[in-house]
Amino acid sequence: MTAAKNPLVGVLALQGAFREHVAALARLGAATREVRQLRDMAGIDTMVIPGGESTTMGKLLTDLEMLEPLRARISGGMPVYGSCAGLILLCRSIEGSEQPRLGVLDAVVRRNAFGRQVDSFEADLTIPELGAEPLPAVFIRAPVILSTGPEVRVLARVEMDGAERAVAVRQGRILATSFHPELTPDTRFHRYFLDICRGAA
Amino acid sequence: MNNGKHGERGTIRLKTGLAEMLKGGVIMDVTTPEQAKIAEDAGACAVMALERVPADIRAAGGVARMADPTIVKRIMEVVSIPVMAKARIGHFVEARILEALGVDYIDESEVLTPADDRYHIDKQKFTVPFVCGCRNLGEALRRIAEGAAMIRTKGEPGTGNVVEAVRHCRMVMDEIRMLCALPEAEVPNFAKECGAPLELCYIVREQGRLPVVNFAAGGIATPADAALMMQLGCDGVFVGSGIFKSGDPAKRAKAIVQAVTNYKDYALLAEISRDLGEPMVGIEISQIPEEQRMQERGW
Repeated sequence: MTAAKNPLVGVLALQGAFREHVAALARLGAATREVRQLRDMAGIDTMVIPGGESTTMGKLLTDLEMLEPLRARISGGMPVYGSCAGLILLCRSIEGSEQPRLGVLDAVVRRNAFGRQVDSFEADLTIPELGAEPLPAVFIRAPVILSTGPEVRVLARVEMDGAERAVAVRQGRILATSFHPELTPDTRFHRYFLDICRGAA
Repeated sequence: MNNGKHGERGTIRLKTGLAEMLKGGVIMDVTTPEQAKIAEDAGACAVMALERVPADIRAAGGVARMADPTIVKRIMEVVSIPVMAKARIGHFVEARILEALGVDYIDESEVLTPADDRYHIDKQKFTVPFVCGCRNLGEALRRIAEGAAMIRTKGEPGTGNVVEAVRHCRMVMDEIRMLCALPEAEVPNFAKECGAPLELCYIVREQGRLPVVNFAAGGIATPADAALMMQLGCDGVFVGSGIFKSGDPAKRAKAIVQAVTNYKDYALLAEISRDLGEPMVGIEISQIPEEQRMQERGW
């Protein structure tokens, strides 16, 4: 698959914070389309899977018969970025859960890893790919990645229970974060994803 | 290479952020762990843990209070999705207890008997976020000023009659449009007349919408009801008695989840609305004596 210069970004709009991703991408001049059904996937060059409830989205992907076609597109090289619930849906293995998933990212994820909503937090992350300035990161009932396969590069970690855990990863054209760049005015992470889509990162 | 550290908790961004994650979803009232599982399996984005659903609270009469913590805890143990619970209007100790239990959102709710006839809870002081009901823009903005991170219509709970939710939703939307169209010099008077903080009126004017997520609640009983509320501009729906007071809760719950996602696809809505079994028995609003209308609670 060749990289599109101005990719049409599909934003999965089954449930969750899809509006914020659309807004962040629009601020960068990207063309977007909300994807609610299989037919909306025709013609998109890339996909963003937003935060929300991973179990809800997984069920809707299954019921609307979108799970397999989306998995096939990603396996065929379509770039994809998942935040929070999106990350969970991308992972091969979800600790203690058989919920539906895409399973294209070679990683093991733990849901609600930091605890409940009262344990949600904000933190500044240094991500070399985005430059020296720290990225404001919002963790809401966030997952963490417990382990990764050889193809997966860890972009950022946070400390949890005395261990450093991956919260941003990249595997080829698959990008995933356990935090929500779409909830802050900082668009560097979305720009990084668009660079991946254009073959420039 | 990376140096992330745990930072601040309980910020307004985290509180409103969780509500953003619930958008396009259905929050279902449940009273047992079994019901909570059914709701989660049907695709609920969160559950509201209760001792009784609003229809039963209405039938029972008397004083309705926060649920027994055991019920809330047992529900939290069986589902992985967010769990909400209700505290009485103004009852900040019930709210602190729910926060200590670890619930993910507190609904300061008119479904329960108010504990304070003048003041709502000072919600800014809490780490846990709050959702509150409203019938109009002034009420919504007063709740937001007190720290609510999410708003819902009040509707008329436990009736299975969507008319009040529609009325409250249209009222909020109409008032937002009116506020946006006013000359700037008339905004202070608008704020005074609807009892809303002036600064929040300016924010609504600038954004053209409420500064927090707005769900529909109070009387939603069918997939069509849910789709109607989404088309009127709500961000998602609460379904209280509508699911577990119906003939086939699992099927109806799943259909409502689908309706909220594809609320404009009438062919799909027709398909998912078929053979859902008996809906909950509805109550015509005029048959409810005024002093028993829950929407009148809150100030």
